[in-house]
Amino acid sequence: MNAITRQLTGLRDWVDDRFPLMSLWNDHMGKYYAPKNFNFWYYFGVFSLVALVIQILTGIWLVMNYKPDAELAFASVEYIMRDVSWGWLIRYMHSTGASAFFIVVYLHMFRGMMYGSYKQPRELIWILGMLLYLCLMAEAFMGYLLPWGQMSYWGAQVIISLFGAIPVIGGTLTEWIRGDYVVSDITLNRFFSLHVIALPFAIAGLVLLHIIALHEVGSNNPDGVEIKKKKDANGVPLDGIPFHPYYSVKDFAGIVVFLMLFSAVMFFAPEMGGYFLEYNNFIPANPMQTPLHIAPVWYFTPYYSILRANTVNFFWIDAKLWGVIFMGLGVMAFFFLPWLDRSPVKSIRYRGGLYKTMLAIFVVAFLILGYLGVKPVSEGRTLVAQICTVIYFLFFLLMPIYTKLDKTKPVPDRVTM
Amino acid sequence: MRTLFIAILMCCVSAAVSATEDGGPQMLRANVDLGNRESLQRGARLFVNYCVSCHSANFMRYNRVAADLGIPEDVVKANMMFTTDKIGEPMRIAMKPADAENWFGVVPPDLSVVARSRGPDWLFSFLNGFYADPAKPTGVNNVYFPNTAMPHVLWEMQGMNRAVFETETHNGTEVAMFRHFEQDRPGTLDEASYMTATRDLVNFLTYVGEPAKLVRYALGVKVLVFLFILWIVAYALKREYWKDVH
Repeated sequence: MNAITRQLTGLRDWVDDRFPLMSLWNDHMGKYYAPKNFNFWYYFGVFSLVALVIQILTGIWLVMNYKPDAELAFASVEYIMRDVSWGWLIRYMHSTGASAFFIVVYLHMFRGMMYGSYKQPRELIWILGMLLYLCLMAEAFMGYLLPWGQMSYWGAQVIISLFGAIPVIGGTLTEWIRGDYVVSDITLNRFFSLHVIALPFAIAGLVLLHIIALHEVGSNNPDGVEIKKKKDANGVPLDGIPFHPYYSVKDFAGIVVFLMLFSAVMFFAPEMGGYFLEYNNFIPANPMQTPLHIAPVWYFTPYYSILRANTVNFFWIDAKLWGVIFMGLGVMAFFFLPWLDRSPVKSIRYRGGLYKTMLAIFVVAFLILGYLGVKPVSEGRTLVAQICTVIYFLFFLLMPIYTKLDKTKPVPDRVTM
Repeated sequence: MRTLFIAILMCCVSAAVSATEDGGPQMLRANVDLGNRESLQRGARLFVNYCVSCHSANFMRYNRVAADLGIPEDVVKANMMFTTDKIGEPMRIAMKPADAENWFGVVPPDLSVVARSRGPDWLFSFLNGFYADPAKPTGVNNVYFPNTAMPHVLWEMQGMNRAVFETETHNGTEVAMFRHFEQDRPGTLDEASYMTATRDLVNFLTYVGEPAKLVRYALGVKVLVFLFILWIVAYALKREYWKDVH
């Protein structure tokens, strides 16, 4: 040991006497035992974290030059794109980051559904994750208003007006959200505040809770086997490996691949054909001129389709309100997965054809709804959206039945590589 | 699992197939080339001579154009700046919005990011879509933007076209379908030269829409190369550590 190492060790021990440094490190990295059989799908959790870091860092620098003012906002974004050194890169990182965040979060959720990661004892991790998803949706929605383009403005106008469908309090509620009778400078200011302070705090806090809860019960794996059931003499799971260095090096390689894909989009197609940055959003917001076709950004379109698929008034309730109800239920349904799923096995590897079929149909319905949400309505499209909406909800409603009926295969004692 | 992926793939394919739709005449292809500096310079000259009297580019500064397109600042100052003499100023116009509304019925839009909202193909088509229409106050109309308030500013270059329409019946209603142009009066440029000139102009507008585009691709290649090398190292490290995991 040379002098520098001795000094650093001394410093570490000094801190450790006053702060649980080593125990935190060991609990979450050095002696956190993760199953050794993680596959491709297990990268998306850490990718979500990377996306969050990208959004926070680029956001800090964007706020240094952005002006949350209806008169100046659009111009300030273009100022960032042109006059701020590397401003265009920071802005594209942030706009690409928003879509990338949703892509990895959707895949992360799909992973959870494939391998039953929400099942006992990980219900709370799932619920915290769903709360994160809700916060992320709010964060994205409010952030999208800030460039103050036509789509920013009218997208916000449409979505906020949905709350107006709620009986009795609807009108007051929309005014309370906007702070005005229409989306205006006041709305922009409060959305800026929530986007930059409130929601990032909530998201960071929930991420912490999500990870603490995960490290308390331990990670699931593609086999859905609880590795803590088989331990060696030292109490170390036989199928577990320390997160650091095994998964830190593995995740690092994965993160580099993620950054390559991210950079490919950011440098070569930051608009992504109008899906990541909508063309109409390069027209400054004009409250007097409603665009012919208002489409939300792609990550909201499945729910937007569900909203639009409700075209019938029944039970004395207006179709618009049904749309809002079903859209809300569509998001909330995920919260109940841990209790809807009655299967004795976690992983799709040991489930029967019934669950596999249902999950496949659900994913296809979700993608079709997403596709229809960016398109203008037509009679045929509405019918397809209605069919997909029914499939979407049947997946959840019938889950207790088909997961129970499903012929499962025996689950091995140990994980397979 | 495999059936799941096939199903998802099929869904994406069918989505892509049904994506072609929309009526109206077929848009012309602009095929702009931001790597062609002469084209950008010619486009800049056309832009300041023909467009900046009515249209501003409020987010585009003259000195940035000078630097990016390799035009000396004194040349820009002497030949390209008609509304200001400060090289750091953006491309503003002298016309007041209220006057513009009186004269044209609408305020001519700022063109800083028009290439991003409309797209180069639309701009190119629009500039090639004018035809004589005595019913309009400006004497012209546009195939790609019917009833546009904009006069045919480049008519001396292009000459004046007449549009030939044919009536077709779609679901019982008669629709006038645009077929082709016939030239009534020749301009100073022949058809191909006019197309080249408008292509230069659209090329310049594409640059104005996003000046960073000139450096973005080259930087992207460097970043990807760096990340690829980093990945080789990271993957080798992973392999080394994971040797003892079975």
